[in-house]
Amino acid sequence: MERDVMEFDLLVVGAGPAGLACAIHAKQLNPELNVCVLEKGATVGSHSLAGAVIEPGPLEELLPNWKDNPPEVCVPVKRDEIRMMNPKGSFKFPIVPPQMNNHGNYIISLGSLTAKMGEAAEEVGVEIYPGFPAREPLYNDAGEVIGVRTGDMGVDKDGNPKDSFTPGMDLHAKLTVFAEGARGSCSKQLMAKFGLDKDCDPQTYGIGIKELWQLPKGRGETGLVMHTMGWPLDNSTYGGSFVYHLEDDKLAIGFVVGLDYSDPHLEPFEKFQEFKNHPEMKKLLEGGEIVSYGARAIVEGGWQSLPKVEMPGAALIGCGAGTLNVPKIKGVHQAIRSGMEIAKHFHEKQSSAGFDARLRSSAVGAELKKVRNIRPAFHWGMWMGLVISGIETLFAGLLPYTLRNRADHSALKKITEKKPLAQSERDLPPRDRLSAVYFAATEHDEDQPVHLQVADTNICITQCAEEYDNPCTRFCPAKVYEMVEDEDGKRLQINAANCVHCKTCDIKDPYQIINWVTPEGGSGPNYQLM
Amino acid sequence: MKVLVPIKRAVDYNVRVRVKSDGSGVETNGVKMSVNPFDEIANEEALRLKEKGIVSEIIVCTIGVAKAEDQLRSELARGADRGIHVVTDEEVQPLQAARILAKLAAEEEVGLVLMGKQAIDDDANQTGQMLATLMNWPQATFASQVEIADGKATVDREIDAGIETLEVDMPAVITADLRLNEPRFIKLPDIMKAKRKPIAKRELGEFDVDVPKLEVTETRAPGGREPGRKVKDVAELVAVLKDKGLV
Repeated sequence: MERDVMEFDLLVVGAGPAGLACAIHAKQLNPELNVCVLEKGATVGSHSLAGAVIEPGPLEELLPNWKDNPPEVCVPVKRDEIRMMNPKGSFKFPIVPPQMNNHGNYIISLGSLTAKMGEAAEEVGVEIYPGFPAREPLYNDAGEVIGVRTGDMGVDKDGNPKDSFTPGMDLHAKLTVFAEGARGSCSKQLMAKFGLDKDCDPQTYGIGIKELWQLPKGRGETGLVMHTMGWPLDNSTYGGSFVYHLEDDKLAIGFVVGLDYSDPHLEPFEKFQEFKNHPEMKKLLEGGEIVSYGARAIVEGGWQSLPKVEMPGAALIGCGAGTLNVPKIKGVHQAIRSGMEIAKHFHEKQSSAGFDARLRSSAVGAELKKVRNIRPAFHWGMWMGLVISGIETLFAGLLPYTLRNRADHSALKKITEKKPLAQSERDLPPRDRLSAVYFAATEHDEDQPVHLQVADTNICITQCAEEYDNPCTRFCPAKVYEMVEDEDGKRLQINAANCVHCKTCDIKDPYQIINWVTPEGGSGPNYQLM
Repeated sequence: MKVLVPIKRAVDYNVRVRVKSDGSGVETNGVKMSVNPFDEIANEEALRLKEKGIVSEIIVCTIGVAKAEDQLRSELARGADRGIHVVTDEEVQPLQAARILAKLAAEEEVGLVLMGKQAIDDDANQTGQMLATLMNWPQATFASQVEIADGKATVDREIDAGIETLEVDMPAVITADLRLNEPRFIKLPDIMKAKRKPIAKRELGEFDVDVPKLEVTETRAPGGREPGRKVKDVAELVAVLKDKGLV
């Protein structure tokens, strides 16, 4: 098939904070440069989801006037609170650890920040194409990355071209920067092809589920940032909540569960709903209304899981590489920094060679190295994790050892008994995952190939049902996976149209047979202020 | 023949629309905006007519905020030739829009106005009809098929009873229904080309839009549905219905 080809100097995959920072800074350094950004979401920001509290330093460096035209959500943090939850109440930590002190930081919505960054990028002449996912990397005969191919449009569910068929095109560039976020689908192919992760620990992840609420008038405390640990998770499961008070009684509330959890019956969505129905939370939410819902996997591996971030013709940045600082619970500033670093590197060297060393010795690497032992310490449970965190913080990461990470999908224990899906007693919306997905406004044309490729669905009804009780039906926050029984017997049903592109299934599936690929361009969630 | 395709920037059809807390309208802050889907269909039909050699030039126009240029660019990328943007932050109602479009259609000497049957934001379904009246042109609304030959348009319209076929003399106003066609995907290189296509900027003040306006007194979300209840069998169902006085 003939495909159109377009040539650029610099091609960026993903219009998140890392990719846009890279594109903007590259143009700032050399306005003549021909820079293109591809984005799978229908608009810049429609797939961006984060808490999020940001450290403004790197953003200020990139766009010194960002506050003149701030994102829709941009609230200076006024007060920090950390609480240890128990089923009936909570205990407020008397001090806030230094990593979690948010003085001088801002609560933003990542979707509105990336939308503003997208405008800033267009102002300096970057070409941004939302609705065009990068389907696969392209290589030359020498095996170097030369660009990407965008996805075909107008293919029916059996893979045949429809009347509207429009083939994807090839975009070539001197350097292709992959900024796809956690568990990027092209990045995954590159990891395998170039063995980028062979000398580091496996990457580890968490799943973050978030809702935006409109509270009754006067109930919010604008600028309050609260984090909780403990209940409803047990001591052996890493995770906690974030509760951020925005302006006009809007509230961003969410829950993160480390994907190294071991209980195959755990349902992150249910844990979040249980948390919301805690007496103290319920008091806050009752009478309010849910506005938006979404979920996204986040990287938690840190320094020891950082893969090699360069390969011939390409580089990885942001959460796609794994630059998020877990103890700070912040990735945006690191993502922006890594984007600016690759832009500088390309400006100086016209290639990615040497970028790996550069990133590690930059502020990005330094920040990750300092806190490298905090997240893995929680493998021994919450209390031990807290003790080691304290010691590590005291010694600023200078102690001469590094704790190891293991792959999340290997952490699941086998079941001893089967259990139905959980449904906790609760009054607050959403009632279940399907009604939650409604608030993600996710959309996929049903007549297209399923973009969640399961290599062998027999395993689902035999081995997986026996060993793990089909955990995909539990960890997916959008109820994509269902085991159904009809006249043809038991089978896995994939409701791909519900997918919110969080990538949790690709990560946590114990047999590693789920492969998340890009659906037709523009499909996926349409997040508002997430 | 030149054709005018008016388009409207509207809240995207995937967005869950929310009423503003003060009841003054719906929330559009941070909400995805797109081309009204029926207008995309109208533009697609114009493109097909151009490909058949019936139409020589497609002019897309919009009336709205500065950001509505994004929607114009999108339809230029789909294949329209040039754009006209009447820039205003004011809310423009159907009669005002029809007056503006009438002036543009006359200025451009178009032989056809192809537009969406209604916009999915206010669902007014009035502008096309008003425009035809102001121009004193025939109108064929809710089109699901359009054939143009020998100065006449043969249009299938979707009506309650089925399909009605009309023949109208050109020039005319045709409004597009959902099943007229499926708009093509926009290609990446065409988005780039569309950035260089001309868009004429016009001021609202150039048009006579001094007409009485409807006033919105209140906007509110529809009330929630009463929870349902399950019954065991037909007998119980009948009993419940009787109890409620429904049978």
